Amino acid sequence: MVNLKINGMDVSVPEGSTILEAARKLQIDIPTLCYMKEINEIGACRICVVEVKGGRALATACVFPVSEGMEVFTNTERVRNARKTTLQMILSTHNRSCLSCVRSGNCELQTLCREYGIENERLYEGDKPEVIFDTSAPHMVRDNSKCILCRRCVAVCKQQQVGVIGANDRGFDTHIGCVYDETLDHVDCISCGQCIVNCPTGALREKDDTARVYEALADETKHVVVQTAPAVRAALGEEFGLAIGTNVEGKMTAALRRLGFDKVFDTDTAADFTIMEEANELVERIKTGGVLPLITSCSPGWIKYCEYHYPDMIPNLSSCKSPQQMFGALTKTWYAEQNGIDPQDIVVVSVMPCTAKKFEIGRADQSAAGVPDVDISITTRELARMIKRAHIKFTDLPDEEYDNPLGESTGASVIFGATGGVMEAALRTAVETITGETLEQVDFEAVRGTASVKVAEMDVGGMHVKVGVASGMTGAKELLERVKAGEQFTFIEIMGCPGGCVNGGGQPIQPAAVWQTTDVKAKRAHALYAEDAAKTIRKSHENPVVKKVYAEYLEAPGSHKAHQILHTSYVDRSGDVVM
Amino acid sequence: MKKRKSSLPFSGTPEQERALAAVIQQHKGEKGALMPVMQQAQEIYGYLPVEVQQMIARGLDIPVEEVYGVSTFYSQFALTPKGEYKISVCLGTACYVKGAQAVLDKISEKLGIGPDECTPDGKFSLEACRCIGACGLAPVMTINDEVYGRLVADDVEDILQKYI
Repeated sequence: MVNLKINGMDVSVPEGSTILEAARKLQIDIPTLCYMKEINEIGACRICVVEVKGGRALATACVFPVSEGMEVFTNTERVRNARKTTLQMILSTHNRSCLSCVRSGNCELQTLCREYGIENERLYEGDKPEVIFDTSAPHMVRDNSKCILCRRCVAVCKQQQVGVIGANDRGFDTHIGCVYDETLDHVDCISCGQCIVNCPTGALREKDDTARVYEALADETKHVVVQTAPAVRAALGEEFGLAIGTNVEGKMTAALRRLGFDKVFDTDTAADFTIMEEANELVERIKTGGVLPLITSCSPGWIKYCEYHYPDMIPNLSSCKSPQQMFGALTKTWYAEQNGIDPQDIVVVSVMPCTAKKFEIGRADQSAAGVPDVDISITTRELARMIKRAHIKFTDLPDEEYDNPLGESTGASVIFGATGGVMEAALRTAVETITGETLEQVDFEAVRGTASVKVAEMDVGGMHVKVGVASGMTGAKELLERVKAGEQFTFIEIMGCPGGCVNGGGQPIQPAAVWQTTDVKAKRAHALYAEDAAKTIRKSHENPVVKKVYAEYLEAPGSHKAHQILHTSYVDRSGDVVM
Repeated sequence: MKKRKSSLPFSGTPEQERALAAVIQQHKGEKGALMPVMQQAQEIYGYLPVEVQQMIARGLDIPVEEVYGVSTFYSQFALTPKGEYKISVCLGTACYVKGAQAVLDKISEKLGIGPDECTPDGKFSLEACRCIGACGLAPVMTINDEVYGRLVADDVEDILQKYI
């Protein structure tokens, strides 16, 4: 242990700790901007500077290691002035259209400017670097005029094994961009949106599709149906000041009804269908000696990554559409038929924790009724924006239920939102299918938790089964390389974002300071596991709607009709990879 | 200053590709391998077009954007090929004061290329350089190893004629 003093207070921390970590132990807050725990630790922005006794220059607390007897001061005039100067320099090239900025009120730069009393804006008029405004991708907008060059997006993109953005040119011309300053649609971006949730300002944001939702809602000839993914209910409350990990399913359904949707349905119901199809696919592949391991296909970011970088593993991918797409497909076929509505007149809106879903709705082979399965996909953040704009007092809403029939779900489907959830849900059904016996212990603890790679082995009806779960593309790459090296897996779940959908690129943005002290992913996931535990029905095949639809319409999992409606195909995109 | 990128077609040879592969092999796995590989790639090809950057990225298993970022950061890396005749106009203090910018502009106008560009026929490339130590002759320019001093813009046409 190393002993030091911060602002006159004694603290002992392990060797190798940074001043920032030591300060946190004393509940002393040091502001940061470029620092993102475990993602970007480069000491570049110099907002976290502190005075170290005997030191010539100020030290960057986020990377400066502690030493025995060190004396640190975090709030001297010299420190405050240095931070203020840094902020002024950032502002001198910043597009200060804060009033209309999507991140106003949730911008780390804005917060610091307020704290340090940055007042006279006239000081910052002068040359500005060239503005790069890239709207080419279906899921996001890059607006360099609001970029502060912290490189958090660059670090997380590289951590996602994507690495399509980086710092180009130098000095005043330095800007974040793609290779040869191509637009995002020309590089192998997987649309995961992790860059957005790691951006401290409004430089990176989702493409806002709320205007299209309002338009649909105003059109009286349209039957507008909304579906909400499991992870949305675990995070939406954060936008309204509720604690991280609060499940707001009831208030969310109430809000959606007040926004004017004709039916408020649940993606969870479709997730139960996904499990039926995927578990059937798994059992079939095991029985017939098909391609194993079977790999899940719920995450469109992961699918795109696979198509770019592992095209030889496309045969391993489950042909199941994602729950979002299955929901749209069932709505525009079975539900449309049941209710005598022309699929052309149905608008399916999805609320997703995900930006890649905006890309997924436009994929080929995703239109079971001859029209796109899903029409508009908005993120959790966009839904929050719509609720605020409607002046709905979210926290005062009563808890309401989903509409029937596509609102009935099980504990299996709600855990889809956390890494390992799809695996666990599939096992609950697949194990019963294989053994023919009722599964009493439905909790598969080995596949829970936020580790990027989890592996479990089990005996199912006398058969040895090895499963793997990965979240984030670093975990995915590790697991896929193990498969390529010959390790035998039966079934693999891969989610594009670290921690799964609860930490998706479309989720509410928590400032870096919160990530330093809170396990956001685990708290949101906990909300879903708690809902699962509280449900009476926890296996997908026991969902009464699932039973009914298969009996009346789809015949059986894996039937010809089920394939037509609920399955899709993939494309080899390796030729589009820029590197 | 922003780097100019070449729009000329890439014309690498199999020999060059083999030489680059050997360089990559030699440095692969080393910490900080990127810079020496890029320097040697530039020696092999004369510049670093996107095709070469892709070969480096694939070889070292890093994103090509990282290679591009480094190539645009350091002025020693060129993204445009050099011509058969390399024209360097000195924009050092003395030359600049004596009107070097007008000389540079005139060459640009005559050849139809800007600084850090190469003519489509590969004959001339143009660059602005810093002091070459011939301030007594200001403003100066060099074409390959030939030095031209005490220039005025009107001299440009006659000088270029010698090389066309």
